[in-house]
Amino acid sequence: MELLLLFISTVLINNFVLSRFLGICPFLGVSKKIEVAFSMGLAATFVMTLSAIATWLVQHYILMPFGMERFLQYGAFILVIAALVQFVEMFLKKTSPALYQSLGIFLPLITTNCAILGFALLSALNGYGLVTSTVFGFGAGVGFTLAISLMAGLRENMEFGDVPEPFKGIPITLITAAIMSMAFMGFSGLIAM
Amino acid sequence: MKASYALFNGLWRENPTFRLVLGMCPTLAVTNAAANGLSMGLATAFVLVGSNMMVAALKKVIPDEVRIPAYVIIIATFVTIADLALAAFFPEMYKVLGLFIPLIVVNCIILARAEAFAAKNTVFMSALDGLGMGLGFTWALTFLGIIREIIGMGSVFGINLFGEGFVSWIIFILPPGAFLTLGLILAFFNAMLSKKKKVQCS
Repeated sequence: MELLLLFISTVLINNFVLSRFLGICPFLGVSKKIEVAFSMGLAATFVMTLSAIATWLVQHYILMPFGMERFLQYGAFILVIAALVQFVEMFLKKTSPALYQSLGIFLPLITTNCAILGFALLSALNGYGLVTSTVFGFGAGVGFTLAISLMAGLRENMEFGDVPEPFKGIPITLITAAIMSMAFMGFSGLIAM
Repeated sequence: MKASYALFNGLWRENPTFRLVLGMCPTLAVTNAAANGLSMGLATAFVLVGSNMMVAALKKVIPDEVRIPAYVIIIATFVTIADLALAAFFPEMYKVLGLFIPLIVVNCIILARAEAFAAKNTVFMSALDGLGMGLGFTWALTFLGIIREIIGMGSVFGINLFGEGFVSWIIFILPPGAFLTLGLILAFFNAMLSKKKKVQCS
């Protein structure tokens, strides 16, 4: 039950993109087409769930026993995530070329998605266990997919709208995001944590 | 290339926030008050100068194939220094900025400058470029922070401007206000620039 609550609150209330401002670059950059945005979300969810497990293991079995978690954490986590992304890329290329094709360029880009490192650090900060941390990672990924897919849907329709010249491109996207963010604030009464 | 060009490039011509639209996460997240934006900008500027100088100094030693992981490690080192220094000397500010100090590691501006500038230029020029870019980022964040703090709380750097009667628009210091303010500012700059271009054409 607690895990379910954590999942829902991560997806809707503390949405990574719209209320924590993590992963804004892909949110603005690759949200022009729904299919592309959804693939990006899928790739991010996949890597986030895996990196939840990997960073937890590194934190508890390598960094903490040697008392290095205060000053080697950032470097260690970013390396683990980069290696993991590379590994997932090679694995998918061998086993599932179709999925690899559809994710394409987005896999390597995920390394610099601050949502991944941000969530790994948050999870370590909150002292979550392995299972909780995995659920948290999965929820963060689902929330990211939801936000970026919704944004892509809105932007596809905005193509037909009459947007004033100076607002074209990033500005109107940001203002749309502001309205989406307001809508997501409505979820804050959903669960009392 | 002149030294002044490297220094002033980041302040306006290639301003990371307003012209290149890079590093959006901290830009949106910590600008709910002017002081927060200023400290975040200065922390990023420190990391930029440090990592730019280090990359420029080591550019002959780092093999081309593994340069990105090497840059990331250099950046992570400087971020750890900034993080520990902030925690020791400014614990209040450290609490407010929280997660976004370690997230400087994945700020695209820093990796972009290492790859595009520091890997090809001397240590001195890279330091100037890092300083210019860092200060460009700092003024952009402070500017956003000032606007949001005035509308959202009626104060600047914590100094009350309007007295008791001011009804603050809380929405501007909440997440939606961040998106809204940046969107409007970018649209404003676009409008100004396109007007200027038209005048030049005629």
